[in-house]
Amino acid sequence: MFSVTFAIIIPFIIAALVPFIYRRFKLLHIGWFVMLVPITLFVMLARLIPSVASGKTYIHTYNWIPSLNINFTTYLDGLSMILGLLITGVGSLVILYSIFYLSTKESLQHFYCYLLLFMGAMLGVVFSDNLMVLYVFWELTSVSSFLLIAFWNHRKASRLGAQKAMLITVSGGIAMFVGFIMLHTMSGSFSIREIIANVGDLTDHALFIPAMILVLLGAFTKSAQFPFHIWLPDAMEAPTPVSAYLHSATMVKAGIYIVARFTPFFGGDQLWFWVVSGVGMITLFWGSFNAVRQTDLKALLAYSTISQLGLIMSLLGLGSIALQYGYSEESIIYTQATFAALFHLINHSTFKGALFMVVGILDHELGTRDIRRLGGLMTFMPFTFTVGVIGSLSMAGLPLFNGFLSKEMFFAATVQIMNADVFSLQTIGIIFPIIAWIASVFTFVYCMIIIFKTFLGPVQPEKLDKPLHEAPVGMLISPIILSVFVVGIFFFPNLLGGYILKPSMESIYPTFGDPANLTPSIHAWHGIKPELLMTIGVVLVGALLYRFLKKWKPIYGLLSSRYTLNAYYNNFLSFAESKSTIVTNKYMTGLLRDYLVYIYIFFILTVGGFFFYSGAFSPSFSMDVRIRAYEVILVGVMAVAAVAMLFSKSRMTATLLNGVLGYSIAIFFVIFRAPDLALTQLVVESITTALFLLAFSHLPDWKKERVPSKTKLTNAVISVGTGAVVVLVALAVLNYDRFETISAFFENAYELAGGANIVNAILGDFRGFDTMLEVVVLFIAGLGVYTMIKLRAKKGDENIENK
Amino acid sequence: METLIILLIGILVAVATYLILSRNIIRVILGTAVLSHAVHLLILTLGGLKTGNVPLLTEADAPYTDALPQALILTAIVISFAVTAFVLVLAYRAYQDNGTDDLDALRGTNDE
Repeated sequence: MFSVTFAIIIPFIIAALVPFIYRRFKLLHIGWFVMLVPITLFVMLARLIPSVASGKTYIHTYNWIPSLNINFTTYLDGLSMILGLLITGVGSLVILYSIFYLSTKESLQHFYCYLLLFMGAMLGVVFSDNLMVLYVFWELTSVSSFLLIAFWNHRKASRLGAQKAMLITVSGGIAMFVGFIMLHTMSGSFSIREIIANVGDLTDHALFIPAMILVLLGAFTKSAQFPFHIWLPDAMEAPTPVSAYLHSATMVKAGIYIVARFTPFFGGDQLWFWVVSGVGMITLFWGSFNAVRQTDLKALLAYSTISQLGLIMSLLGLGSIALQYGYSEESIIYTQATFAALFHLINHSTFKGALFMVVGILDHELGTRDIRRLGGLMTFMPFTFTVGVIGSLSMAGLPLFNGFLSKEMFFAATVQIMNADVFSLQTIGIIFPIIAWIASVFTFVYCMIIIFKTFLGPVQPEKLDKPLHEAPVGMLISPIILSVFVVGIFFFPNLLGGYILKPSMESIYPTFGDPANLTPSIHAWHGIKPELLMTIGVVLVGALLYRFLKKWKPIYGLLSSRYTLNAYYNNFLSFAESKSTIVTNKYMTGLLRDYLVYIYIFFILTVGGFFFYSGAFSPSFSMDVRIRAYEVILVGVMAVAAVAMLFSKSRMTATLLNGVLGYSIAIFFVIFRAPDLALTQLVVESITTALFLLAFSHLPDWKKERVPSKTKLTNAVISVGTGAVVVLVALAVLNYDRFETISAFFENAYELAGGANIVNAILGDFRGFDTMLEVVVLFIAGLGVYTMIKLRAKKGDENIENK
Repeated sequence: METLIILLIGILVAVATYLILSRNIIRVILGTAVLSHAVHLLILTLGGLKTGNVPLLTEADAPYTDALPQALILTAIVISFAVTAFVLVLAYRAYQDNGTDDLDALRGTNDE
């Protein structure tokens, strides 16, 4: 049986292989090979559609870290099926398109590697049941999106756009991560299915609301909801296939997916309803309002994507109210909003994907996508024109195209919500149809701008760098396939409804019984109803507004550029950068002493502080054995020698005093019954002293250090503090007797290791591996010594480091 | 006895710290040498002093003194010797190339 786990892993494996295959077959465009991946996965997924439609779900668990409850669990149900089909389906078309869009001169191995990385990550997001695994894939989509936006990394705008997308989506992702941990704290499980199953006990939990807000932050940043939408227009610096794939069809839908996935858990709560539908509505309006002012077609599409994502988001919010009511004949009507959301999710991917590809064709063939330089392309590019018109009219919500159906359902849902008798919707619910209608008018206006300013009107060949011509066939295939879907779904919407949307309604409303009840039959004509009147109003007012665009466009000038969200973002970024530079320069002085001071102070404070506060300082002197006079003398000699080192004027004296310390320790080793140590210490101390003396002949004599007395005092305080902490810790440890000593084991050395000298047996047998590595350390140090003495930069390539 | 040795260790650590914090590179290296002396004594002391005979099975009778700290120290002595040798040559080479043994002068350029 086909395992969903494979669908996630295959793109990653192929991504790893792409560079090698690229090197082998230079002549053939590698996109042809990569395209096989999404096509295969699409076919595999599509074969499961009938069984998923009949209510079957596929689950597969691979135990990863069972002790932490983190397992690689994949889960395929109706909802993840929609996203899975979009990712692989649109993915295939986008790769086909990219083969003609990107020439073989580009670094294709990088491009397709990133693209496959994204595809695998995105499939991971929608198929993961475990929250921690989902989060990993979620951030991986941000990373691959970053790499793809910055694909043309020689351009500054690309780099900045990538940075912005990364900062915003990753911060949201981290918020969501915290939310996931809260969900785990509440429910004791990382499995989404288990968490949803336990929802009844958890709605009153103190963490319910914080977790909800954090998860929503992740979803809103990813799906470019107001006020986090500012990254999406800048992400348009990516090559157009990427924009069509990541930034309109799939990645930005990940936030929608999360909201839909968690609707059965959080849905029904008043806050969830207002935040999701409210933010969605604001985004819907703000996106469409700003799209009208754009002159760059891709920026226009970016704002229109923001607006459409807001539409889907608000529908999910409206649909969640059904969970407040629970299942009944009356509440079913509210689930229609969710149905419309999923329907529009698919429709949007088809028409927006087609539109992005059209804009990519214009950019690629004519060298510009500025509507001020375009016009009258209808006669020169008939196929591109047809696809562009189909996409635009569908987006505007006109009949014969799938956008009409979902837009009508959207209007119907906003009208319906006024009838709800909870959340005081009967009084303020009127705001939903009003905003929806106004935003749709703007949507209509910018759709007209796409059609009229690009394809109709006067031709301006003098403003174009390239001659007017139709695009190559290969580039047209993908947008034409998508526009066939746009029209096809309009005529056969219930095919989609029955096979794809029905099972996902079950995922979102698991408690509502048979999903067939939640799946309405979609009709283009359903009598004169408010939604139809709203559409007619949109067309009339929209046409008027477009006609007099020049008259009212100056209102956009009223928004001061100093108070835009982008300005706030940029100010914040430069503020953070300059402040962190100042702070870093303050403590990263480049002086060894300063760094050591940090280490010592940290040591004194944490180690000393911990022992102090935990009351571990309880020295007792009972263990002491009788002290002999010569031992006291030896201790005295060492103490004097050590202190004298501080005051010695010449390096020779200091070295000899160090030798005194070393030999005294050797004597102590004898006293303390450690003959091996004594021998080693004697040998090593002699060699060390010789080494010092050898080094001195190559080093300058000691000069008197010009150190301010304040620094000297600080050094002295730190030194005494460190010494004191060591003494106190040692005394505390000395009396620690909660564990048996393990040394008795080694006393059996003769039997276990065949050695009568226990120390030798430990070194050569019990811890033989350690000793071997110790020899390696010696070897490496020797290599280092040899290299530093022998190897010199040649005259020609001096100062390599400063280059 | 242990208390006395631990006090000595404290003095050694304090001296080593003071040396390590100075600007002259040789003083820093001497500081690390003193610090390793202190640590060797510390390990031995914490294992218990003079609690038994020399840990040679054929030379003495039980009880033996704890052999494990001795083995650890033996490793530590050799390693600290290697490190000292390495750092000394590093100082030599740094002086050859830069003409100074003052760590403040070796801080590198201000602008990265």
